[in-house]
Amino acid sequence: MPHRRRFSLAALARWELLIFVMLVATVTLGASLSGEFLTGANLGFLTQDVMEIALIALPLTLLIISGEIDLSVASVLGLVSALMGALWNAGWPMEAIIPVVLVVGALAGLVNGLLVTRLGLPSLAVTIGTLALYRGLAWGILGDKAVANFPSSYTNLGMGYVGGTSIPYTLILFVALAIVFGVLLRATPLGRSIYAIGSSEETAFFSGIRVKRIKLLLFTLTGLVAGLAGIVWTLRFASARPDNGMGLELSVIAAVLLGGVSIFGGRGALLPVIAAVFLIGGLRNALTLDDVSDDMLTLVTGVLLIFSVVAPNLAQRLRELLARRRAASALELGSEP
Amino acid sequence: MSGSTTLLALNRATKSYGAVHALREATIELRAGEARALLGENGAGKSTVVKVMAGVHRPDLGTVVVDGEPVVFHGPQDARDAGIAVIYQEPTLFPDLSVAENVFMGRQPLAKARRIDRRAMHRMVADLFARLGVPLAPEQPVRGLSIADQQLVEIAKALSFDARVLIMDEPTAALSGSEVDRLFGVVRTLRDRGAAVMFISHRLEEVFALCDTVTVMRDGAITHSGELADLTPDQLVRQMVGRQLDQLFPKEEAEVGEVVLEVDRLTREGHFVDVSFAVRKGEIVALSGLVGAGRSEVARSIFGIDRRDAGEVRVAGTRLRAASPSAAMAAGVALVPEDRRHQGLIMDLSVERNATMTLVNGLTRMGLIRRGSERAVATDWTARLQTKVHRLSDPVSTLSGGNQQKVVLAKWLATKPRLLIVDEPTQGIDVGTKAEIHGLLSQLASEGVAVLMISSELPEVLGMADRVLVMREGRLVAALSREEATEESIMFAATGQQMGVAA
Repeated sequence: MPHRRRFSLAALARWELLIFVMLVATVTLGASLSGEFLTGANLGFLTQDVMEIALIALPLTLLIISGEIDLSVASVLGLVSALMGALWNAGWPMEAIIPVVLVVGALAGLVNGLLVTRLGLPSLAVTIGTLALYRGLAWGILGDKAVANFPSSYTNLGMGYVGGTSIPYTLILFVALAIVFGVLLRATPLGRSIYAIGSSEETAFFSGIRVKRIKLLLFTLTGLVAGLAGIVWTLRFASARPDNGMGLELSVIAAVLLGGVSIFGGRGALLPVIAAVFLIGGLRNALTLDDVSDDMLTLVTGVLLIFSVVAPNLAQRLRELLARRRAASALELGSEP
Repeated sequence: MSGSTTLLALNRATKSYGAVHALREATIELRAGEARALLGENGAGKSTVVKVMAGVHRPDLGTVVVDGEPVVFHGPQDARDAGIAVIYQEPTLFPDLSVAENVFMGRQPLAKARRIDRRAMHRMVADLFARLGVPLAPEQPVRGLSIADQQLVEIAKALSFDARVLIMDEPTAALSGSEVDRLFGVVRTLRDRGAAVMFISHRLEEVFALCDTVTVMRDGAITHSGELADLTPDQLVRQMVGRQLDQLFPKEEAEVGEVVLEVDRLTREGHFVDVSFAVRKGEIVALSGLVGAGRSEVARSIFGIDRRDAGEVRVAGTRLRAASPSAAMAAGVALVPEDRRHQGLIMDLSVERNATMTLVNGLTRMGLIRRGSERAVATDWTARLQTKVHRLSDPVSTLSGGNQQKVVLAKWLATKPRLLIVDEPTQGIDVGTKAEIHGLLSQLASEGVAVLMISSELPEVLGMADRVLVMREGRLVAALSREEATEESIMFAATGQQMGVAA
């Protein structure tokens, strides 16, 4: 069967391709701006610096594909960090603290999920609420102080590198999780259901997909991984503070959208999101090495984000316009039998 | 009153949607001081007449005539300016605004500095209500008003535009008896003051109570037009349905076995009450009735889409958990829903993904989907249903309606259901595919599947069904055997008329 090679697929793939091209361009830019950029030490640091964003982006990608959103992730990170500090101060061993705070992270996600699925509230509203709530809890738990005396055997995991290389320990954790989430999304019935729910929740429900249960699972997973990111953050900076990760949710969501995930659900993939995380991280790193100010960095991220939302939209409109033109001319030719 | 002037008319109006002729050379005249009924089965073309008169659609051929002059409506605004008002079954008001604000939406009387003159507005609306004899307060918010009161607000709105033609599309469907009486009182007042009224309803007793003349439609064409007093209800029903059964329905004889589905006193408040029936292995049971009688709602409740308030559903003897489609699927129930585009398929996804959506859980090894099996299932079922697909990876939206419906059927037949519920299985589908689907349903029954079919097409019901259950206003009102079921007997039950002659 000859003929048109999968046009629609190509159109879908185009944006994702652009992300990888932009990633390469960023690396080239970084290398040209500073000789330091491509050194192992800098790349290792760059990687470590985006790990929390990268971790949270994994479950959040799945959640956004399913048509929901979670704005409270950074607050969960802060809550977990504060709780770690408080429990350590209370004399708990790290072996007990880590599972407990992970459960708390998962519970925070579960609460989001229950409010969305049981009460039928929009996730945007729910998680704006819990964004404030969880951050408030973090302040309540630790107050206006920081806990910084974590044992170095643990903080090394957050800030250290695999013996003699520039590979951060946290990268290993991330790669393992990325594989799990990638396989989950691409090759399991759950992944299929996530796309189905995001494309048409009604059809998914009519097809026997347990829409609410799956959404609840995704919110819980998002909370769990945000909690994990809280542990990573706390150990990396060897500092538990209630304001850890303030505003990080915007960076994560920016990366997910830049990675081509549709904010309306139903579309997206994990690999381009990961590329987008490193694109943003690499760009920031390169500009920092070039002594560009922080304000400028935020501005560049913002422009990229708007571009990522607008570009596919413009492409779509262009396609529709062309299709209408074609239809109109076909009608003129074929009118009156 | 036939001597009075014609305010609005359609003159040989024709309208097609693609290959479907919704209207064929229809001529209707609405005269001042006259209430005309527009009758016909579902899909006969009544709504198209309304849409053309309301300026929503333009006829392909023929003309709209206002006061004897042919006109072209470029939109609903033009029709409204010509004095034509349409009252729909569901009022389209803004619930959070007051009654008066709704009446004058977009053209509020202004006071100084372009502020809205609330007092003037309230006074004008109060006048309108007084003319209609309606006890509504202008400052009352619309939210909380009954459907009946909202319709009166719509009528007041129409009057405020000096409407001379009032078109009412099944306005009484959601009203109680006394509300209907009050609405009719208002309509009669308007008619007697010289307005032309067109009234669409499935309830014949209302038609006889309100109307002077009648127009009957069938398959897009006008089949009868004249004085209502000349006709009996019996004759009217025959006018509406009297067509030949086509030969499209190749019903195979199937052996009827044990009971598969038992519905026991099923009730969902506001939708249907106390519905009990059974469907046996090998049997095709049709659930018939007018649109809005509660047929789809019963199907949705059986399958677990909607919750139920009372009663129970048993499949092969075991009680089905309420409000859980996955439980219904596990029990061997499949539902091909009414709305193919929004409930049956995910239009953006490929044919393959759609076809395997219901059973992908069973195609895994160690939790991972076996791509080969997935493709094999999709290929197998699309081939068995002779679905015309270019390639399985194409979005399902690129297929024709008939082939889309086959994908929905494939997706459900692949689950090997013991009970198949189909809701309007051939709606909007070309004749050839329709016959294929009928053949398929019949074949499934002969293989021992229990089939529950909802259909608004009487020929389809009569051609396919072993038994016909008729619903009216949320209740099961008749159960007819294949021998008893005729277009007349079903329509009489569905509209609540008594049979003229004992059958």
